[in-house]
Amino acid sequence: MTEITADHSAGAGTTGRSLLNVGERTRKRNAAEKRFRMMGLAAVAIGIFALVGLMASILSNGLSSFNQTYIALDVYLDPAKLDKNGNRAPEDLQKITTFTIQPLIKTAVQDMLDKRGFAAEGVNPNEAAALISGEAPAELRRFILANPDQIGETISFDLLASGRIDGYFKGRVTMESAALDRNISPEQLVLADRLKEAGILDLRFNWAFFTAPDASDTRPEAAGLGVAILGSAYMMMIVLALSLPIGVAASIYLEEFAPQNRWTDLIEVNIANLAAVPSIVFGILGLALFINFVGLPQSAPIVGALVLTLMTLPTIIIATRAALKAVPPSIRDAALGIGASKMQAIFHHVLPLAAPGILTGAIIGLAQALGETAPLLLIGMVAFVREYPAAPPEGFFDPAAALPVQVYNWTQRGDPAFIERASGAIIVLLIFLLVMNAIAILLRRRFERRW
Amino acid sequence: MSEAATEKAVDAAIEESAIKMRGTDVSVFYGEKQALFDVNLDVRKNSVTALIGPSGCGKSTFLRCLNRMNDTIDICRVNGEVTLDGENIYAPMIDVVELRARVGMVFQKPNPFPKSIYENIVYGPRIHGQVSTRAEMDEVVERSLIKAGLFNEVKDRLQEPGTGLSGGQQQRLCIARAIAVSPEVILMDEPCSALDPIATAKVEELIDELRVNYTIVIVTHSMQQAARVSQRTAMFHLGYLVEEGDTDKMFTNPDNKLTQDYITGRFG
Repeated sequence: MTEITADHSAGAGTTGRSLLNVGERTRKRNAAEKRFRMMGLAAVAIGIFALVGLMASILSNGLSSFNQTYIALDVYLDPAKLDKNGNRAPEDLQKITTFTIQPLIKTAVQDMLDKRGFAAEGVNPNEAAALISGEAPAELRRFILANPDQIGETISFDLLASGRIDGYFKGRVTMESAALDRNISPEQLVLADRLKEAGILDLRFNWAFFTAPDASDTRPEAAGLGVAILGSAYMMMIVLALSLPIGVAASIYLEEFAPQNRWTDLIEVNIANLAAVPSIVFGILGLALFINFVGLPQSAPIVGALVLTLMTLPTIIIATRAALKAVPPSIRDAALGIGASKMQAIFHHVLPLAAPGILTGAIIGLAQALGETAPLLLIGMVAFVREYPAAPPEGFFDPAAALPVQVYNWTQRGDPAFIERASGAIIVLLIFLLVMNAIAILLRRRFERRW
Repeated sequence: MSEAATEKAVDAAIEESAIKMRGTDVSVFYGEKQALFDVNLDVRKNSVTALIGPSGCGKSTFLRCLNRMNDTIDICRVNGEVTLDGENIYAPMIDVVELRARVGMVFQKPNPFPKSIYENIVYGPRIHGQVSTRAEMDEVVERSLIKAGLFNEVKDRLQEPGTGLSGGQQQRLCIARAIAVSPEVILMDEPCSALDPIATAKVEELIDELRVNYTIVIVTHSMQQAARVSQRTAMFHLGYLVEEGDTDKMFTNPDNKLTQDYITGRFG
């Protein structure tokens, strides 16, 4: 008591207390605020640093995959070898193998070197032909089957250079590494340099990276994302078509119609839990349910999409419910007050106002699904697929790859060229995600209404 | 039957026909808590009935019973009977949508839809199938806005958002929206509490004009407002109807001490 009185009198005693005198408490409080602000800044800085580091590493590894080395070559399509009967019969042409075509390329390379007068020191004809990708004969074969009338002509082709040559021009392969490499010799690199000077060999934008299917371990230069992009696109179509209506319908029911009781509480808790279930568990579920029980084909986009739909639903439901909750109740009252039914109030007034939030949630859910890898591994989408899936809806049941799985797949390969490919695929994936997020933001801006 | 008795019966019949809505033993429960206790109150045709009383006294709850807006609250339960033209609106076969088209409501905070002024008004008549052609819609918009005294202010910007109007204009837009569906009764829940005195005066004037065609029930915290606009007043306290009667009598010579104390500002 005496203390309090003393304090009080002391306080009262300092008449004319100045605001300019900073007391001990004020100083402490200001210091604490400053400390917290610094900590916040540091946290943001760490985040930005991590993001910049990640992007820099991916871009530095992956950007080169958008360029590819090509060699221009005039190949004589020798009828004596390609069409021994001379009748251009399709069933005979079907029998042409890449082994038949390989010598044609070899001859063409030799002709080209002779004509240009490149004395290829230390490079035998086989090694010279090895500058061209192992994918080239297959490419030629496709051309011949498509254009049988061109047999007997000399055609100019832009053929893929082999992975090591490509790597040399991108800095991955050096003279020193080539000396230790059984697949390439420094002499071949010297020859490649001379071809480049002569304008026969050049780097150009790699459209094939977006359209070509995957390629085998020994031909990284031919590997592309075509099948993976198609597979991912198919899956996203199905995921959107299934999860948006189901998710929105479930949310509207739970938010607006369902009675508040123990059952709805239970459902609510379970939806929240479902959002936290590890994705690989969904993969096991998909394997057991859709493939083993229902009997859908493995590696098919339809199965992947069904699994991803199950994963996306909680995200969409949670986002939609939040968006519905955010619509002021006065709007519902207004509609009900003039005699709108509950459904009219919701569909005419609440949903349009909640639409930006719902769409954002849906796109975030889709983006999540697009990047999901683990469940797809379990349902066989990691398989090596070179055939494009057919157009939808049949294509939904054809084997396909998916972008993130392709990234995973490529990082498992031995050839270092696949690291570049994997990083390139990551960039493509990130661009897809960026585009989707941009769409989300645009939709938000467009539909957002003030009230 | 004696002459006097006949006269009494005729009086009663006239009285009866003047009753638009009648609450009989209305009790409302929010979960376990009882908010209204056996309220018996008549709402007379073509008059303004004011519900007054301190906060939490149940006047808004009673108002919301009259068009079953309480249905939207899950835990709310209503006992007793409320009739509209003698029909129990809580009867099982009653369609609340139809009921609310006949008993419209204006809320405390102006709540226009985030759409154009035109759309705000035309929405109700359209969902009830009262209008379908463009000409009919134009007509109902104009008529409603004129009745709500808003037409001259907004006639050049019918396509602009209703939310862009001032607070008072928004509230009159909400009233226009309510009368667009041609209701018989309009319920108003403190319609002026968010408005400044000038906007309030306009709305009060409007209420007085609307009385000719509609039956109005208004909840208000302002004694002056109740005195100015209403013909009948009902005083609520702690969920009970304390007293009801002609406004003139209630404000000059109330029967109940509680009413007297409340309207003179001694509590509340």
